[in-house]
Amino acid sequence: AMLDPDSGLSLTIARIVQRLKGSSLYSQLERQARVSLHKPEIKLESLKEDIKDFLKTSGWEKKLQNAVYSELNMFPSPCHPAAPPEHMKEPLAYMRKAQVGCYQFYKLLSYDFQRPASEQKELLNKWNEMGTDEPDLSLFRPVYAPKDFLEVLMNLRNPNYENGEQPSFRNHLGLIQVPLKVKDIPELKEDFSELGLNTGQLGIDDSAQVPPEFFENEHVRVGQKVLAEQDSAAAQQYVRQGCPTALRADLWALILNISNQPEDILYYEQLKSNVIQHDLLVDSLIYKDVKLTASNDDYYFVFEDYLYQVLLCFSRDTSVLEHFAYSSATPPKSYIRGKLGIEEYAVFYPPNVNYNSFILSVAPLCFLYHEPSKLYQIFREMYVRFFFRLHSISSHPSGIVSLCLLFETLLQTHLPQLFYHLREIGAQPLRISFKWMVRAFSGYLATDQLLLLWDRILGYNSLEILAVLAAAVFAFRAVNLMEVTSLAAAE
Amino acid sequence: IRIMAGKVKWVTDIEKSVLINNFEKRGWIQVAENEDWNFYWMSVQTIRNVFSVETGYRLSDDQIVNHFPNHYELTRKDLMVKNIKRYRKELEKEGSPLAEKDENGKYIYLDFVPVTFMLPADYNLFVEEFRKNPSSTWIMKPCGKAQGKGIFLINKLSQIKKWSRDSKTSSFVSQSSKEAYVISLYINNPLLIGGKKFDLRLYVLVSTYRPLRCYMYKLGFCRFCTVKYTPSTSELDNMFVHLTNVAIQKHGDDYNHIHGGKWTVSNLRLYLESTRGKEVTNKLFDEIHWIIVQSLKAVAPVMNNDKHCFECYGYDIIIDDKLKPWLIEVNASPSLTSSTANDRILKYNLINDTLNIAVPNGEIPDCKWNKSPPKEVLGNYEVLYDEEMAQSDGPDRDLRSRSGQSTGTKGNRARDSGKPVLTTWK
Repeated sequence: AMLDPDSGLSLTIARIVQRLKGSSLYSQLERQARVSLHKPEIKLESLKEDIKDFLKTSGWEKKLQNAVYSELNMFPSPCHPAAPPEHMKEPLAYMRKAQVGCYQFYKLLSYDFQRPASEQKELLNKWNEMGTDEPDLSLFRPVYAPKDFLEVLMNLRNPNYENGEQPSFRNHLGLIQVPLKVKDIPELKEDFSELGLNTGQLGIDDSAQVPPEFFENEHVRVGQKVLAEQDSAAAQQYVRQGCPTALRADLWALILNISNQPEDILYYEQLKSNVIQHDLLVDSLIYKDVKLTASNDDYYFVFEDYLYQVLLCFSRDTSVLEHFAYSSATPPKSYIRGKLGIEEYAVFYPPNVNYNSFILSVAPLCFLYHEPSKLYQIFREMYVRFFFRLHSISSHPSGIVSLCLLFETLLQTHLPQLFYHLREIGAQPLRISFKWMVRAFSGYLATDQLLLLWDRILGYNSLEILAVLAAAVFAFRAVNLMEVTSLAAAE
Repeated sequence: IRIMAGKVKWVTDIEKSVLINNFEKRGWIQVAENEDWNFYWMSVQTIRNVFSVETGYRLSDDQIVNHFPNHYELTRKDLMVKNIKRYRKELEKEGSPLAEKDENGKYIYLDFVPVTFMLPADYNLFVEEFRKNPSSTWIMKPCGKAQGKGIFLINKLSQIKKWSRDSKTSSFVSQSSKEAYVISLYINNPLLIGGKKFDLRLYVLVSTYRPLRCYMYKLGFCRFCTVKYTPSTSELDNMFVHLTNVAIQKHGDDYNHIHGGKWTVSNLRLYLESTRGKEVTNKLFDEIHWIIVQSLKAVAPVMNNDKHCFECYGYDIIIDDKLKPWLIEVNASPSLTSSTANDRILKYNLINDTLNIAVPNGEIPDCKWNKSPPKEVLGNYEVLYDEEMAQSDGPDRDLRSRSGQSTGTKGNRARDSGKPVLTTWK
């Protein structure tokens, strides 16, 4: 039977999981994992990876892979031959396959082991300082670096696309080859009218040389009023001109509708206790990526322990999936639904990039919120509203594919000479700017500036500004870039 | 009229690239100590020799050195405290509003050094204080050492038995400065960020003490401990929890060579403004500037204001969880070792800006100059306090306090006036 395009893949996945759980393969895998605990090559210190290795070398992982593939093959492809490009919401078959590939790996990682009581107690004590105590990570590798993800996006094709339908796209010389609709400058100017030159902006019009009476004082006053009235819509409008640092934390919470009620704190505590009781293989990836990313970062190293806490909890949070199913028009298709418990798969959200992007989207928030449960909720909300779109493949205007296309189109349209030049020297601009956008510029901008950028993401409820900023950076550096002769030099 | 226009001849006994690169980039010429030199960046041992009664020599007008002869009045832990106590008493005696005390007898504006005693001399006074609060923790620091050497924490009198004996024995007990310690009330409630303790390192350049003219380097940094802070008594001897000195922390398991556990002061400001609000953050930074200026005023009367001298101090400040800053100590020879790439850049620029102020135009100095550099050469320094300008009741200054990270000291305003304009701060 043909699948309903709007729920195609998630339904597929859910069904596969359901079927596998009821299969003998599942109980065999579980038995194998537990039996392997007695083997001499399985050491306690390196338990998770030893079991993983064992499952691989004994061929069980392959059996699982095959099972997944065969399940997938049983469902017909949900492609609509007659669908015009602008109605394409469904990821293409190629996209789905790409997602499934990384998805299997995470399924394996979701094997859930209950921690022994002594380890639980120890982890509880160490909850606040996991940065100084992590397992051996050397054998874990990130699944996708941004450039791998970019390769996937570059290879997206809509099999239904006919060149004639969008003549302008035929001349598109960038890396993205799917003809999604993106805005042009006049449309952007209209949408982002508050960013016009005649409107005051924090970060520019409050600098030391400008008398505060000119803009800053009044803007701060308005911000305080907005907070006093707890008006979420007004807050969203207000932050388009930037948030005063002292008001930002509250304004963002207002816009995201986070109030940190007792039940929210309780929910967080439950997640935390779940982390302590149940160990997931994926935790090791989190440790490794936090160590690689945040621990080496000049701004974020201080918050290392908070990052562990947030991410470990996040990887067990079922409410995130519920949110997608309920509220999103194009839910990301690559998530497993599962129940938390000893015997079952824990929920996991495999991003199409490695955890670095997650980490870098939590880290700046640590400058605003020092209470873990509030930090967690803000991050979760930012993720389900915005950041997930950077990690999954969709046709949404704020999705990463559209952002890439918007960036390339802006550049090719308004700086064609620069675009051609860079292309000629093997430095397609998107290769440089992709990692900025996929991380919402976190790690590439000083935190105070990054927060000003994210003010606008919240204010306009859109990630398009990332593409515009990326293009603006190229425009700003156009003169220098025209003289470079290699990708490395351009970087 | 200059008799000889030539290149500045420099000497140093501190082999650090951030120094030498700065001399060389100015085209200065390296010479030996016994030759004619114009600029000598000395270690503190050398300055002692230059100004000592036996081995000292007169400096000529075209010679400049980077220490004041008796800098130790500020930079030795015991003398700093002594001078501040003396300064406070003097102000009290003359009825200055600065010396006002609260109902508990604590100075309202001048309580910025933790309660401190010299050992073994003040041992009995210390014991009296200790007994008032027997669960308190105290920190023992050798007077003449640096880099966290010899520091330990105590919470029982028995742990400092040795100094009790020393104080009770005959008065001929040699109190060589090597044996002398200060004991201070330990600030066991430091402000924590990410659960870790940190302190602030700020650079302050003094070009003259009378009149006092000093500059604050805008690019200070925070030094974080690698281990989560706990006041637990079982961890009192874990120096990785308590001592922020890089010399100590770099031996920890979690020390990171990329950032070196250092945060810029602008990060601190952003964090505090975002989580605590602008007013309290401005107040904190105002107070930090205040205590630096007060510490300099305290020692100014006893400093040998030799016109051949300038000095760049490393101030160590700890902020407690009530956002009160405490002056921990002042270093005469702040480390010029670079622990990270950013560090190297910072220290290079620090020396560069320092030299631009101390040796105007990079030319052969004349120690008689008025030590008033034009604003353009300040670089990353900004005027912290200028007594001359303050006394001449300068024109309207920019009194606005601004947010923003590019300079950490926008609340600089009222300090420029010599009068204690306390009403604007407190």
